[in-house]
Amino acid sequence: MRYLPKSPDERREMLAAIGAKSIEELFSSIPERYRLNKPLNLPPALSEAEIIGYFKERAAENSNGYVSFLGAGVYNHLRSVVTDAIIQRGEFLTSYTPYQAEIAQGTLQAIFEFQTLMSQLTGQEVANASMYDGSTATTEAVLMAERLTGRQRVLVARSVHPEYREVLKTYAKHSGLQVEEIPYAANGTVDEKALHAAMRNDVAAVVVQSPNFFGVIESINALAHEAHAHEALLVTAIAEGVSLGLLRPPVEADIVAMEAQSFGMAPSYGGPFAGVLASRDKFVRQMPGRLAGQTVDSEGHRGFCLTLATREQHIRREKATSNICTNQALCALAATVHLCLLGKEGLREMAQQNHSKAQFALGELAKIPGVRRAFDAPFFNEFTVEFPRSVKLVNAQLLRDKIIGPFVLGTPYPELTKHALVCVTETTSRKDIEKFAGAVRHALEQPI
Amino acid sequence: MKDKIKKASRHTNQSEGLIFEQSSPGKRAFELPPLDVPAADLTKTLGANHRHEGVAGFPEVSEIEVIRHFTRLSTWNYAIDLGMYPLGSCTMKYNPRVNEFVARLEGIATEHPYQPQELSQGCLKILCLLEKCLLEITGMDSITLQPAAGAQGELTGLLLIRAYLEKQGNSRKKVLIPDSAHGTNPATAVIAGYEVENIKSESHGQVDVEKLRGQVTDDVAALMITNPSTLGIFEQRIPEIAEILHAKGALLYMDGANMNALTGVTRPGDLGVDVMHLNLHKTFSTPHGGGGPGAGPVAMKKILEPFRPVPILIEKEGGRLALENVRPDSIGRVKAFSGNFGVLVRALAYILAYGPGVRQATEDAVLNANYIRKELEGVFELPYSLPSMHEVVFSDAIQKKNGVSTMDIAKRLIDYGFHPYTTAFPLIVPGALMIEPTESESRAECDLFIDAMRSIAEEAAKNPELVKTAPHTTRVRRLDEVGAARKPILRWKPAAPRSEAAD
Amino acid sequence: MPYPANYRYTKEHEWVDAKGDIATIGITDYAQHELGDVVFVELPKPGARIEAGKSFGTVESVKAVSEIYAPAAGEVVEANGELHDTPEKINTDPHGAAWLIKVRLANPSELANLMDAKAYEAYIAEKNKEASA
Repeated sequence: MRYLPKSPDERREMLAAIGAKSIEELFSSIPERYRLNKPLNLPPALSEAEIIGYFKERAAENSNGYVSFLGAGVYNHLRSVVTDAIIQRGEFLTSYTPYQAEIAQGTLQAIFEFQTLMSQLTGQEVANASMYDGSTATTEAVLMAERLTGRQRVLVARSVHPEYREVLKTYAKHSGLQVEEIPYAANGTVDEKALHAAMRNDVAAVVVQSPNFFGVIESINALAHEAHAHEALLVTAIAEGVSLGLLRPPVEADIVAMEAQSFGMAPSYGGPFAGVLASRDKFVRQMPGRLAGQTVDSEGHRGFCLTLATREQHIRREKATSNICTNQALCALAATVHLCLLGKEGLREMAQQNHSKAQFALGELAKIPGVRRAFDAPFFNEFTVEFPRSVKLVNAQLLRDKIIGPFVLGTPYPELTKHALVCVTETTSRKDIEKFAGAVRHALEQPI
Repeated sequence: MKDKIKKASRHTNQSEGLIFEQSSPGKRAFELPPLDVPAADLTKTLGANHRHEGVAGFPEVSEIEVIRHFTRLSTWNYAIDLGMYPLGSCTMKYNPRVNEFVARLEGIATEHPYQPQELSQGCLKILCLLEKCLLEITGMDSITLQPAAGAQGELTGLLLIRAYLEKQGNSRKKVLIPDSAHGTNPATAVIAGYEVENIKSESHGQVDVEKLRGQVTDDVAALMITNPSTLGIFEQRIPEIAEILHAKGALLYMDGANMNALTGVTRPGDLGVDVMHLNLHKTFSTPHGGGGPGAGPVAMKKILEPFRPVPILIEKEGGRLALENVRPDSIGRVKAFSGNFGVLVRALAYILAYGPGVRQATEDAVLNANYIRKELEGVFELPYSLPSMHEVVFSDAIQKKNGVSTMDIAKRLIDYGFHPYTTAFPLIVPGALMIEPTESESRAECDLFIDAMRSIAEEAAKNPELVKTAPHTTRVRRLDEVGAARKPILRWKPAAPRSEAAD
Repeated sequence: MPYPANYRYTKEHEWVDAKGDIATIGITDYAQHELGDVVFVELPKPGARIEAGKSFGTVESVKAVSEIYAPAAGEVVEANGELHDTPEKINTDPHGAAWLIKVRLANPSELANLMDAKAYEAYIAEKNKEASA
């Protein structure tokens, strides 16, 4: 077998050196009745070409040749081929967690650079080496707020990504947290009156997302004010990181939980991605996940090592701040390379293109009779429109033109029966947008 | 002594500062196609939300600088592609390149989790086949591919147990964890809302079955066991352990980190395990990438099936596959979307390469570990006599007599061109050397490792200072971890402007 | 390092120096040696109540975290602010400048159960013997 570097002779010689007559002898500690006496019933072994053939066949059964207007937490952005050229290097791809700092300086310095970029982007003082994704980063941010405040009530805006809220619920059930939802206002932002009414001195955190699930930008300053007036922390989740190329970062937030997928990671049917937790220096000892720190070696040279590890599972065991063991190192590296490639101006230009194209798309859709804009607060690259009929019906028609239509908001928000969340990025051409608008118009002209 | 170091030699490699230190305004590494719609009037559309300048401090460099920067950094790393990682319980095996290729295919890497399910049948078939293969390997009835890593898999497993017991009327209070366990086990139990009760191992690091009998009360929800144990020894009495737990209505959770010793040879489901997680980045070859991403699927017996996290893969009429997001008894969602799909693709590619012959990998892994054990027995102390499976644990007792610890030996191993073995655990063996070669190591690489370890043992006896101050040939020497923890510097900051510095 | 004769000691390696109903508490030389270089100390604020036998804070090194257990019940009147910037004092002067907290004892007689310097020295001698066995 091509992955096994042993010849039959070598196996024989090694067995002889051990003093065993057969390989079976080495498994004698497994009681015989539990040892399998026939091979597993798995598909027959494939050569490299056959493996590629299998996956190409699966690829052909997916969405080839379709143009998509989906966002809702996973975004199509340009990715440079340079990123893959770097992350595919064996020294990055096949290296272990950098516990032995002397022979992992490459990984450690890259993590340090990632932490720096994420702090700069989010306007926070410190960021960790990544979490599994935006949804678990948001949950960890809430648990962190619980530890910091000693309180158990959490107010979560309903305009936070539905799946992020579901994940929080799963974790909250067993930690004594009481999670309550705050409704959205007519313009799609958090209903500040409702938030104010719910605020008391027992709230650990207020959780919002910006831009939120409807695409709308929240007033972080005002929300932070409300939270801080009761000594609660403001957690801001960010699902579309490219927005930070154009929007003021949430500096007033106490903890930011961001999904970094938009920075150089392919959609890949939902994963793997990388979550980011960013916060204030004074909270760093309550921050879960890995951290790379700058230090010096015994000869005074700058180097990097994992630090503040006493928060982590391998030392504190049941008193750990979290049970997270891995970070998403390779994904974080992809984000780091991607952002270095884009640089200050490139990220800004990408963000501007997203916003301009989304505005253009909104303009084209608004011309269609019966289509109206919902939630008219400022947005970045996603916005909500209301159709005169069910979005599912419209989308079914769009598929015929090889267009994957907008996200059906009615699924997670039953009251938004005809609302669609449209996402436009720099990868969407003007032609595609015009074709999309034309197809929507045509779909709405069909008898139901 | 210098000729004893055969696998590594001195080498000139490039220095490299932080990318921010090379930044200069106006440099760019990436250009976008021109904007093909009118530019938005940002004052109108964004108002106060508009960030007027680019992100402060963001790098401005050219493409070649990015390539050189990260290429130089990469040369400072050790990696599986360079040689063995003898890390116990990490299973650092070869990461097949075809796995990388197929994960990047157009139509695989490009799919959006919310696209219509009829346009995702390829993705769903991949999930379906992987589920079937992992069930066959583990001998279980049902599985979830959602958890993003082993630790998250453990949490999911415990939440499944909790949900099952709750449905029976009493979720119970405690989880028993052997003192030999990996640190994620107790951390996870607490997050799942349970108290941790330690169970002491007997002299060979196995679960003490008589003690267990006494400790399993009606308050115990489960025992978390690793098999083989973290000493690399098969828990022979595991079926008995399962019976003791089941008799009291408790369940047996197995940490699947050491599955590399079992695949194709025995199945946890047959041994009485109720629920277990797998580490795809260990047993199933998905790359560590410097610390992630991984995936931690959880396989379970039928009784736990109704509680699986969403989404759940189902088969509809006509063989169409779909993901279901609503299940009344589900523990809920553990992660957004549908698992680390890219990692799952790689694991399936690995399984397809081996087919039923995957047993050979297990045999080679166990062969390598036992070969190393035989060759180093007597050179290092073996704290127990039971047979090892895919990993062997020695102790530094012999070397400690000269003041040389396992940490010192590990650091000196670096000079010989290897990554250290695991020193930090199992906690029940003081001064442990936990060595797992995996099946990916040739006899030649194993011999180089054995020679290196023998040489270091000799150095520990004749020249202990050399070992205690190692490594000597790395790019950086031993780093000041104390300073890093006392005054953490966790990001780059631009130098203060001159006038401030002068004050 | 000698163990001050007028202090009393716990099995968890804390020392207590009581003057009337105010007790100064720290960790012993043995404890700091076991921990290694101290990087961080977490202490309660003045006003906090501590309970005998329960943890009131932690001392961290790079590789380990140690809980600090209250030898007796009381109310914290002062925490050693210097340890925030210079936690390494615990390694260099554990019995003096690196005191952790000062407590107003609820019941000073609780201290009678603790070991005196001689008993503590014998106790750690036993521990050292066990470790090298």
